[in-house]
Amino acid sequence: MSRARADEEEYWHSSKFRAFTFDDDDDELSQLKESKRAVNSLRDIVDDDDDDLERVSWSGEPVGSISWSIKETASSSTSSLEGRDSSLQKGSSSYAALPKQVSSYSLSNLFKGRNKLPSFQSLSDAFSDAGVKNYAPELRRPKAEYKDYSSDWSPKDTVRRMQRGKVCSLERFRSLQDKLMLLDEAVAGHDGNVITAVLIFLKRTLRREILFRELEVRQVALCHLIHFLKETGEQKFLLDLLRFLDRTEEVALSQYREHLNIQDVEKRKEFLKGCIGLPFSAEDSSHIQDHYTLLERQIIIEANDRHLETAGQSEIFRKYPRKASILNMPLVTTLFYSCFYHYTEAEGTFSSPTNLKKTFKIPDKQYVLTALAARAKLRAWDDVDALFTTKNWLGYTKKKAPIGFHRVVEILQRNNAPVQVLQEYVRLVEDVETRLNLATKYKCHDVVIETYRDLKDRIQLTAYKCKVERGSADEEKINNILNN
Amino acid sequence: MAAHLSSGRVNLTALREAGRRELREFLDKCAGTKAIVWDEYLTGPFGLIAQYSLLKEHEVEKMFTLKPGRLPQADVKNIIFFVRPKLELMDIITDNVLREDRGRSPQRDFHILFVPRRSLLCEQWLKEQGVLGSFIHREQYSLDLIPFDGDLLSMESESAFKECYLESDQTSLYHAAKGLMTLQALYGTIPQIFGKGECARHVANMMIRMKREFPGSQNSIFPVFDTLLLLDRNVDLLTPLATQLTYEGLIDEIYGIQNTYVKLPPEKFAPKKQGEGGKDLPTEPKKLQLNSAEELYAEIRDKNFNAVGSVLSKKAKIISAAFEERHHAKTVGEIKQFVSQLPHMQAARSSLANHTSIAELIKDITTSEDFFDNLTVEQEFMSGIDTDKVNNYIEDCIAQKHPLIKILRLVCLQSVCNSGLKQKVLDYYKREILQTYGYEHILTLNNLEKAGLLKPQTSGRNNYPTIRKTLRLWMDDVNEQNPNDISYVYSGYAPLSVRLAQLLARPGWRSIEEVLKMLPGPHFEERQQLPTGLQKKRQHGENRVTLVFFLGGVTYAEIAALRFLSQMEDGGTEYVIATTKLINGTSWIKSLMEKLEPAPF
Repeated sequence: MSRARADEEEYWHSSKFRAFTFDDDDDELSQLKESKRAVNSLRDIVDDDDDDLERVSWSGEPVGSISWSIKETASSSTSSLEGRDSSLQKGSSSYAALPKQVSSYSLSNLFKGRNKLPSFQSLSDAFSDAGVKNYAPELRRPKAEYKDYSSDWSPKDTVRRMQRGKVCSLERFRSLQDKLMLLDEAVAGHDGNVITAVLIFLKRTLRREILFRELEVRQVALCHLIHFLKETGEQKFLLDLLRFLDRTEEVALSQYREHLNIQDVEKRKEFLKGCIGLPFSAEDSSHIQDHYTLLERQIIIEANDRHLETAGQSEIFRKYPRKASILNMPLVTTLFYSCFYHYTEAEGTFSSPTNLKKTFKIPDKQYVLTALAARAKLRAWDDVDALFTTKNWLGYTKKKAPIGFHRVVEILQRNNAPVQVLQEYVRLVEDVETRLNLATKYKCHDVVIETYRDLKDRIQLTAYKCKVERGSADEEKINNILNN
Repeated sequence: MAAHLSSGRVNLTALREAGRRELREFLDKCAGTKAIVWDEYLTGPFGLIAQYSLLKEHEVEKMFTLKPGRLPQADVKNIIFFVRPKLELMDIITDNVLREDRGRSPQRDFHILFVPRRSLLCEQWLKEQGVLGSFIHREQYSLDLIPFDGDLLSMESESAFKECYLESDQTSLYHAAKGLMTLQALYGTIPQIFGKGECARHVANMMIRMKREFPGSQNSIFPVFDTLLLLDRNVDLLTPLATQLTYEGLIDEIYGIQNTYVKLPPEKFAPKKQGEGGKDLPTEPKKLQLNSAEELYAEIRDKNFNAVGSVLSKKAKIISAAFEERHHAKTVGEIKQFVSQLPHMQAARSSLANHTSIAELIKDITTSEDFFDNLTVEQEFMSGIDTDKVNNYIEDCIAQKHPLIKILRLVCLQSVCNSGLKQKVLDYYKREILQTYGYEHILTLNNLEKAGLLKPQTSGRNNYPTIRKTLRLWMDDVNEQNPNDISYVYSGYAPLSVRLAQLLARPGWRSIEEVLKMLPGPHFEERQQLPTGLQKKRQHGENRVTLVFFLGGVTYAEIAALRFLSQMEDGGTEYVIATTKLINGTSWIKSLMEKLEPAPF
């Protein structure tokens, strides 16, 4: 797994690879300390009242900056409003919370009406405006802009005016040829705002097949329409378009994306089931299958465990109440959960770790890491031991770890394993130097002493004497070795 | 307030002034007292153009954050919404307007200011909701290029890369071209345009077209810029993925700099006076502005972090010595002189205190084992070692569930340094990521693949070694303290994008034709005719000025590298930098990730 030590040394010293540390750590550190000291000592001398160049309020905003002023001017008026309008309170000041606030109504409303139309209407509604919401840019001119209006702008002029934010009627472009010229002009202008506006107009006034056919040879416009459909959630139209273009993988992914909008787990599961047959790439397709299977499992496990937990008869759930439901968690998290709560179950049950391992073809390494972390957290040292014990056909036992014992030590240490447990695994680390490092770091004196003994390193062993407690068994052990 | 903008070769105060003028003109259109309702995203960028005082002078009495519900009671004549043209924001505005109490008197007038552009789609949407008629003024404020520093402009359009390279939506390129036209109106026509990449080509085309269509734009200003270099971000996908190692770059990597401000953990910035301490330890993050107006920061921002400590300690000695002077001040005149210098010294001291604290915070991280391991792997990849097999460290990070973005940065870096991963390796990473972080991330992986960041090696050929060698992207002997090459900004790796700029200036791109062909998109040169009177006669020894425009984002380390080139004694070229967005690997990858929380409807 790791390079031979000598290699590594050479590798670092070959100057090609620079470790990013301070060249001379002590020196650099002391330099920082020095400036810190200087700064501190100066504090006594200087009057601090107006030492900043600009005034800064405690939050750090310069007084008078825009964001500071929003807080200032707003606080005076909102306080008087408290209690009067609870919806205002709900709209918290944090912008990140915004999307949730608008959940009940939103841009989709604008476009959804159309979605719900049965698909057989789509042909006819391309011809008639009746009952269909109007998506095109403003068609009727407001009075203020009247004088600016002329009915025979060329496509080029129209696009240019739209780019300047002026209102233009597109209804005059009746023939297919005119409409396409308008579109090409818009694309040439690169202004997505205008391109999208023209596309909305075409989408409303052209038959789907024609629109699709023409867009196929106009990639830029096509991308804009796809982006627009995604943004506005016109899923069905989008899928039709992608299917027409034979972009099957995209169809599949785009459909799969929809599952994120389904909150109800049963419905989500059913939806994922429907995704399995979609034309994903071979690799992706197995992932989607796994996604479905995993959620299916989680639903079963969740129902079962919630029941166990509320019944209060299972010790493990009493001792370690679940912090969250397992639904929609990643596979590895689910495996951890099952190693934590269902470790000893027979392979036949859905919640048993071995069953998960088999079903999802979890690699050995991944499995061992996860099981180790879960069992160590429960301080089930026997299970940890069993995890690394293999028996050969003669019945001899042997310790083996697919992840390397140094990793085992790290994980155990992170879970506060006692020294007795820890040193057992430190002893198994093959590389001598790593073993010594770990043993010293985690105070596994036995291992350090034995390793130096095996290396016949008297000097180091003598030096180590000061690290162990005076008069302890460890010291005695060192003395014994040194005396022999 | 904006002195630092005029410190560079090109006086960017003029651009800021133009922005302020336009803002004043709009405010004066809405006569009477006003309240502004802000799309919160905009307050940062606007703060770089104007302070509250300017708004106040034009009768802005209240300011609120845009949110659903009833607008706060404020006795003003006008309510003005400052918003980006986004449909979800239109929903909120609609809600605000519909809840307005019609019975109140006097009635308040509504206006909208779209930034940076009016949107037909948004107005249509407002019309659908029956509120479009409520707005008296609907205007746009073209805040395209915002001056961030004396040599730095940004459009702060966070989704520009995603729109251009994932969705083929070129609207942000249109805005970039518009911004360049504004710039030329103020600083003269730029005679030479070079570019590399699809988007660069589009922007150059649009500029030429706009110039043709608005003949009035031919101006008589003596050109300040000699050259414009347009660079696509996807010509160099590698650089933003690597961890920046300059002081400013690390601040951004670790804490994120937003519109020149950074928020830092408050512990290291404890109350200043001993007596006050203890009682109210600050819990809110400390917010600091970072720009070249601060002398010390201007000096250290672009240094490799390893060279920052020594500068700080040197400064400490100088300041201490300066304060010591007071003991020697004997005569009234001497004391007077000492006192007159005090404000400056106090400012220097406070600046030193801040940066010492920041350096300590950063050092805690750069000396951590994980930072070191991560950097080691990055440097291996960039120098071309073991890029074609599954990496142990990445595998370990996944097993330990390190943040997904970190994993994606590393895997993408490996992919880019290998011209795509072997199918087997790619599938392995994908599987590990999906099993550990959730299957839904298949959507994000797909996006990264589309953007070219993560892909299977299709041609069966790895071009990266050739590119690396020809452009000298990996330098073995880096001097972090006194650099002699731009590679110091990544302690060994010289950013490809900046190398292209450097080679363009000298000896010219003709020397690297072969490599340019390996990089995506066309490279080109255009000339814009100048009236004879405006053609420049260069003084001997006078530097050329090149504007480098990064389409899709630029990192602080790349900016540092360009500033390094500007300052080279025999460099001959000074650089001004413009971009669609200031990015780092994390913010960049994040912008490409699929939003996994359910959509807001």
